[in-house]
Amino acid sequence: MVSGWFAGDGNDFRLLGTRCSACASVFFPREDAHCRNPGCPGGELAEVALSGRGRVWSYTDSRYRPPSPYVTDPELSWEPRALIAVELAAERIVVLGQSVPGVTVADLTVGMEVEVVPGVLNEDAGTTWTTWHWRPTGVTA
Amino acid sequence: MTDDVAVLGAGMHPWGKWGRGFVEYGVAAARAALADAGVDWREVGSIVGADTVRGGYPGYVAGATFAKALGWQGARVTSVYAACASGAQAVSAARAQILSGLADVVLVVGADSAPKGFFRPAGGDRPDDPDWLRFRVLGATNPTYFGLYARRRMAVHGDTVEDFAQVKVKNAASGALNPNARYRKRVTAEEVAASAVVADPLRLLDICATSDGGAALVLSSMEFARRRGAPDPVRIRAVSTVSPRYPRTVLDLPDIATDSAVAVEPPAETFRTSIARVAYEEAGVGPEDLSLAEVYDLSTALELQWYEDLGLCSEGEAAKLLREGATAPGGRIPVNVSGGLASFGEAVPAQAIAQVCELTWQLRGDAGDRQVPGARVGITANQGLFGHGSSVIAVR
Ligand SMILES: [Zn+2]
Repeated sequence: MVSGWFAGDGNDFRLLGTRCSACASVFFPREDAHCRNPGCPGGELAEVALSGRGRVWSYTDSRYRPPSPYVTDPELSWEPRALIAVELAAERIVVLGQSVPGVTVADLTVGMEVEVVPGVLNEDAGTTWTTWHWRPTGVTA
Repeated sequence: MTDDVAVLGAGMHPWGKWGRGFVEYGVAAARAALADAGVDWREVGSIVGADTVRGGYPGYVAGATFAKALGWQGARVTSVYAACASGAQAVSAARAQILSGLADVVLVVGADSAPKGFFRPAGGDRPDDPDWLRFRVLGATNPTYFGLYARRRMAVHGDTVEDFAQVKVKNAASGALNPNARYRKRVTAEEVAASAVVADPLRLLDICATSDGGAALVLSSMEFARRRGAPDPVRIRAVSTVSPRYPRTVLDLPDIATDSAVAVEPPAETFRTSIARVAYEEAGVGPEDLSLAEVYDLSTALELQWYEDLGLCSEGEAAKLLREGATAPGGRIPVNVSGGLASFGEAVPAQAIAQVCELTWQLRGDAGDRQVPGARVGITANQGLFGHGSSVIAVR
């Protein structure tokens, strides 16, 4: 579904973007066709791992079950998920993601440091769909 | 600066959840606008439809759908899709046709039958579609983006949820006076605070609903207006349809991430600010000239953001402007005297047209109980999914 957006295990887990060889612009989700900088002559787009830590730009949550194509089990009661927009200083980019399970908006503040960790988006009998989650640094749950 | 076009007629179908097809709402609005203009449909040289994408096949060809329903008469036809900015782009297309001499009188129509609950992308597995991806990967609905902006304002500018609630209180009071509004009941701050949280920190009454509705305008050349005995009509003086500039550094619908600013410094102004600036430049007016503004209050917090983006106050001062009453009826610059989306709800292809309808009635002095006394200059502002900007300035 989102192949090539992240890789690695444990502490080596990283989001993957692409970087333009001509102008150094970074793209996430990865841009593999053309550099989107209008002033760039266009360069090769090479895969690059993004910084593992950043600071919270803003956050919110979904108190109501999102509609499809989000996949949830309607048999289970809906547990709100926090969504965190994170500023990565080196890349000067803001990336949105879900928080790790158990972290709610009450645990978050703008400017707080968070790190990217592997997570599970959805599972069924045959398949586990993995994703990235943001976790406040120092939280190990 | 370009030449003016005249607004000869404005019409709406009242907004609500009526459960009928969008064509019916659009045709009702079109007939009302034609009657208001005193123009026979057979005199119309061009029809521009703002598309709905949820109404099934006819939605994608809205111009022709409305033309067929009104009775085929051979007019030039155009259909426009630009998400929430569709209506403004329809006005823009109509204006361009009039100014270039392709048509003397143009009918602009937008209407929708909205689904219940959250907007969501069309079906199927479409991982090449950013709108599909944000739902599939993050469960990020439109209100989650509004929640992000609201929380950011609280952190950066010190806005409070009580400030946000006051926007709803203000707009609901105006909507109560508007016969075309869906919600016609005053709302108290306590009622906002008692409504359920949808996307922290925003509650149900901070976020606009989805609605059915329709709006239409009859636009013409100034020469046509004079010939029809309207020497001093409401005039459209600017239509801004600008796109963002790279790098876009404010996370926006439907994106999962911003552009990186590592290679190019961000522009000095945000996208929303640029939408308004281009309109002001084209019209040759500034925020100090405005009598009123109609802005997209998709959320209460977003209305405050527009105050700053329109230059009604400096950055971070929006809540102060609200608290002073400057944006309420009777204030220095009333905002959303129609009731705004807070009172109408979203009928996507219609709402940017509805904003111009409100300016038209206000500038004519025909707005009844919600009239802004002596209104001379009005601005609309909105923004569509995927980077569609829109702002219209009308004068009298
Ligand atoms: Zn480049």
